[in-house]
Amino acid sequence: MMKHYDLASSSLRELNQALHDPQMTASEREWRVSNSNGAHNIACGLNEQISVEIDGHAGYYCAGMNQKAHVTVNGNVGVGVAENMMSGKVHVKGDASQSAGATAHGGLLVIEGNASARCGISMKGVDIVVKGNIGPMSAFMGQAGRLVVCGDAGEALGDSLYEVHIYVKGEVASLGADCVAKEMRQEHLDELADLLKQAGSDENPGDFTRYGSARQLYHFKVTNASAY
Amino acid sequence: MCGIVGLYLKNPQLESRLGELFEPMLIAMTDRGPDSAGFAVYGDEYDDGVKLTLQCDNADYDWQAFADRLQTAFGSLASWFQNANVGVFKIAEEESRVLGWLADHAADLRVMSAGKSIEILKGVGLPGEVATRYKLSNMRGSHAIGHTRMATESAVTLQGSHPFSTGLDLCLVHNGSLSNHNRLRDKLKRQGIVFQTDNDSEVAAGYLTWRMAKGESLNQALTGALKDLDGFFTFTIGTRDGFAVVRDPISCKPAVIAETDDYVAMASEYRALADLPGIKEATVWEPEPAKIYVWERDGIKVEAA
Repeated sequence: MMKHYDLASSSLRELNQALHDPQMTASEREWRVSNSNGAHNIACGLNEQISVEIDGHAGYYCAGMNQKAHVTVNGNVGVGVAENMMSGKVHVKGDASQSAGATAHGGLLVIEGNASARCGISMKGVDIVVKGNIGPMSAFMGQAGRLVVCGDAGEALGDSLYEVHIYVKGEVASLGADCVAKEMRQEHLDELADLLKQAGSDENPGDFTRYGSARQLYHFKVTNASAY
Repeated sequence: MCGIVGLYLKNPQLESRLGELFEPMLIAMTDRGPDSAGFAVYGDEYDDGVKLTLQCDNADYDWQAFADRLQTAFGSLASWFQNANVGVFKIAEEESRVLGWLADHAADLRVMSAGKSIEILKGVGLPGEVATRYKLSNMRGSHAIGHTRMATESAVTLQGSHPFSTGLDLCLVHNGSLSNHNRLRDKLKRQGIVFQTDNDSEVAAGYLTWRMAKGESLNQALTGALKDLDGFFTFTIGTRDGFAVVRDPISCKPAVIAETDDYVAMASEYRALADLPGIKEATVWEPEPAKIYVWERDGIKVEAA
């Protein structure tokens, strides 16, 4: 039996408290939320291996700080979906607004549509697969994890990048500081094939270009010492 | 923070329900701007002269006496009505003649808007209170834009509330903050643009007024704004025939657009659109940074700046 919350009749706080109640989540493993109507902070900070399906558009920070849970949104999401996710999976069937997967440490974020600006900003280990396009300044200061884009990427992709692996199939409007195209070796084709498979995509890994850090901004350069 | 909303009806059959559809959109943005609110409604067109929305801080102001004085002065007052502390006057005269007379003979009145169709209503208070004060839910028309304010750059006053009039049948609402407004205000003052407040958004409105007074189109003026305004912004600009939306080049402030066969609606957040009829089947998307979107009676026009 699926546990059902209708946000037209129950409050968002009631839902989020129930999702954090260990007794509830021990017995109820499948949850459904209807009439989300763009409300913010739906299913934030989940700690259990439960599944939550949201029917409709969600607002800001949906499934933020997620651990273990699988959250599916049958609609669009606002700013910061799955921000700071630690593990689990967040699946958006529509588009995502800016800062999708920001600072996330782990887990998998799949976006079926487009993601706007700053997708994966400061990502720290999450895997993000976007089946459409992503906006400007994506993966800015990305430290770890993988970002896969089946469409095009906006301006300044991967600016000040650390060790995120970025794979883009389409056009890249421009690369940010210290982000460069890199050779696609077998290990990268294998890594990408695995991510595409997890995201339910039948794209061919060979059609993608890999981007990464040129590692020129990592360390203090002694030639700059005279500035101090 | 601030919230902005706009609703443009493509289906004329909905025009009698404009206020009823638009009021929940404005109120849904209360969290983003609880200190003041305002809206511009386009409808009830008057083609033979100018329609003026005038406001007075004195709640007991004798509008009938003012109407009599106006009629004595011009002899061409077509009709007028009072709406709370506002009077709406239709006069078969040139707008500049009436405004000149008002400056000399009715200094206690504030001109909120002028044009053929626009009425700007705004004030301090929760968006729900301001909407109730002016009976927004009963209003008819083709389109409306609105604003809920959380003040950052200037005082919480009626004068600092949005929308700001930017010319005949034109007005602007702003979510964001401009950083070069002081210098730009000085420059515009030297060009003859008059400002009532220290508000940054009023400078954006004055900037558009200045560009369009030089004969530029709204699109040209907004293209200039993208270059000359430093800061972050989502603007919605009401025009006689529709509205325009533009976001700054790094899309700092949010915006969502929904379109069906019946309407185009924009809001800072989807929440404000959630109660519109047919929204579940609407096309919903985010406008791209530095692109000018214009909806008018002949359909959508998008221009990259």
